[in-house]
Amino acid sequence: MKAATEELRAAPTARQVQLARWTSPGFWLTVVAVALIGLWPLVTGDASLRETFFTALLSLALASSLNIILGFTGYVSFGHVVFFGLGGYVGMVALNQGVPLWGALPLGGLAAGVLAYGLGAAILRLRGSYFALATIGVNEALRAFVNNFPPFGGATGISLQFSVYKSYGGATNALWLAYGLLLTACVAVILLSYAVKTSKFGLGLMAIREDEDAAEVMGVVTPNAKTWAYVLSAIIPGIVGVIFFFKNGNIEPADAFRLQFSIETIVMVMLGGQGTVLGAVLGAVGYQRLRGFLLTYPPVKDLQLAIAGGLLLLIVLFIPAGIVGLIRRKVPALRKFLV
Amino acid sequence: MDFLLASLVDGLLIGSVYGLAAMGLTLIWGVMRVTNLAHGAFIALGMFGVYGLFNGGFNPYVGLFLVAGCGLLVGIGIYYVALHRVINAPQLSTLLATFAVNMIILGVGTTLFSTSPRTIDFSLGSFSLGPITVQNTRLLAALASGAITGVLYLFLYRTRPGKYIRAVSSNRAAAELMGISSTHILALSFGLGALLAATAGGLIATFFPFTILSGDTYQLKSFVIGVMGGLGNPFGALIGGLILGLLEGLIPVVMPTTWVPVIEFLLFVIILLVRPNGILGAKR
Repeated sequence: MKAATEELRAAPTARQVQLARWTSPGFWLTVVAVALIGLWPLVTGDASLRETFFTALLSLALASSLNIILGFTGYVSFGHVVFFGLGGYVGMVALNQGVPLWGALPLGGLAAGVLAYGLGAAILRLRGSYFALATIGVNEALRAFVNNFPPFGGATGISLQFSVYKSYGGATNALWLAYGLLLTACVAVILLSYAVKTSKFGLGLMAIREDEDAAEVMGVVTPNAKTWAYVLSAIIPGIVGVIFFFKNGNIEPADAFRLQFSIETIVMVMLGGQGTVLGAVLGAVGYQRLRGFLLTYPPVKDLQLAIAGGLLLLIVLFIPAGIVGLIRRKVPALRKFLV
Repeated sequence: MDFLLASLVDGLLIGSVYGLAAMGLTLIWGVMRVTNLAHGAFIALGMFGVYGLFNGGFNPYVGLFLVAGCGLLVGIGIYYVALHRVINAPQLSTLLATFAVNMIILGVGTTLFSTSPRTIDFSLGSFSLGPITVQNTRLLAALASGAITGVLYLFLYRTRPGKYIRAVSSNRAAAELMGISSTHILALSFGLGALLAATAGGLIATFFPFTILSGDTYQLKSFVIGVMGGLGNPFGALIGGLILGLLEGLIPVVMPTTWVPVIEFLLFVIILLVRPNGILGAKR
C-alpha cells in the first residue's frame, strides 16, 4: 500500500512531462545534426555539394511530413506530392503577380492546408486500401485537371519571369536563398513532427493507428484528429513546393504531381522506420545517398531501379520496422536517443 | 452521328480488354486483400512476351497461350518470394512488397528493352458495317476477353480449385478449418491475377504501340474499373471495363480528349466515397 502511494507521488506532473519532452537528448541530437550538416555548404560555398544536399533535404521535408499521416496515424497516402505540386503552382502564380517570396511561401502552405482539410473531410472516412486508392485517384485527377487549367498554364506549365530573381540578387543568389529556406523548413518539420509525436494529440493519432474503433471508444474524436493530422502533414510540402519551383524556375503538371515521387517518399519512411521522427530523416537521406551512388556507379547504373526495388523488398520482408525500429528493438539502451 | 457510333463501338471493344486487365487486379484484391502495385508490370511483361514471340515467328494469338502460362508461373513464384511472408502483415507491407516487385521488373525491363516504343506489325484487316469500320484485331481481342471471362467463371464455379479460391476469398480462417491449404490457394490466385494481366497486355499489344512503362497507364485504368465494378468482383470488372471504354469513346465527342482522365479519376474518387463496393455491389 505504502509502495503504491510512493509511486503515485513519484509520478511526474504534467509540467515535468512537458519539460522532459523538450530536453530529450535524441531529439536535440537530430535537430543539431541536420542543422550543422545542412549549414556546411553555406559555410564552404560549395555549389555542387549544395545541389546534392538540396535533393536530400527535399526528401527529408517530404518524408518527415508524410510520417505524420503515414507513420503516426497509419493512413497510407499515395498523394503526398499533390500538396507539393499545389504549393508550387500557387507560389509560382503569386511570384509572377509580384508577391514577394516571403508572402508566396505561406500562400503555398495555406493552399496545401486548405486542400488537405477539404480532402480529408471526404476521403479520410475510407480505411486501409480504399484510402490509399483514393489518394492515387486524387493525384491523377488533379494532374489531369491542371493539364487543362489555363490559369496554371495547362500542359506547358508556368515559367518564372526572370525579373523575379532580380529582387533576390540574381539567379545565383536565389539558389543559395532557396537552399537556406529549405534547410529552415527541414528543421521546422522535424520540430513539428516531434511536437506532434509527444503531444496528447499525437497519442490520439497513434491510438488510431493501432485500432481506430478502440481509439474512438476511448474518447479520441477520430474524424477531427485524422483531418488535422492530414492538414499538418500537408502544410510543409506546400511551402517546400514553393521553394523547389522558385529555384527550378518553371513548373509542369508532370513534375508537380509525379506519383512516383509520392511512392519514393513512402519507401524513405519505411526504410528509416515509420512512426519515428529520426526514421523519416535517416530514411530520406539514406535513400537519396543510395540512389546517388547507384546512379553514378557504372556497373549498376542501368539497374538502379531494380536494385532499389530489391532492397525495398528485403526491408519489407525482413525489417518491417525500418532501421530505427530495428535498432530500438535490438539495443534498448539506445532508445532514448532514437526518437 | 456516324462518328458517335464508331467511337462507341471502338470504346466498347477496347473497354472489354481493359476489363480483362482489371479482372486480374480485382481477383487478387478479393482473395488476398492485396492491392497489387505490380499489376502494370505484369501487363507490360505480357506485351513484351507476345512481342518477343511474334518476332520469333509465332502468331500473336498462339503466343498469347504461352504468355498466359508463363504469367501464371511467374505470379505463383512471386507470391512465394515476395508476398508469403507479409500476407498477414498490415496492408502497407503488401503494398510496398508488390511495389518493390514492380520496381525490379521495370528496372530489369528498362535495361533489356529500353523505353523506346514498340509495335507488333500484325494486321487482320478490318470490316465495315454501315458507317462503322472495325479493326479485326480489336474485335478478336474483345471476343477473347469475353471468352476468358467465361472460362474464369467456369473455373471459379465449377472446378474444385476454383471453389477453394472462392472459399478462401469469403473467409480464409473457415476455409483452413475445412482443410483447404490457403497458402496454395493464395499463390494460385496471385498467379491467376498475373495470368489475366499478362493476357490483357498481350491483347492490347496487338493494336496499340507500347513501351515497358505502358503498364502503369493500364494499371491506373484497372484501379478505376475495379472500383467501378466492385473490388473483389471479377465479373463486375468486365462491366466496369465496358463503362470506362464507353466513357473514353464518348467524352471526346463533347469535350477535348485531355479531359478524359479528369472525368475518369473524379468518377473513381466519387465512387470510392459513395459506393465503395462498386456500382453493381451491394449497398453498405
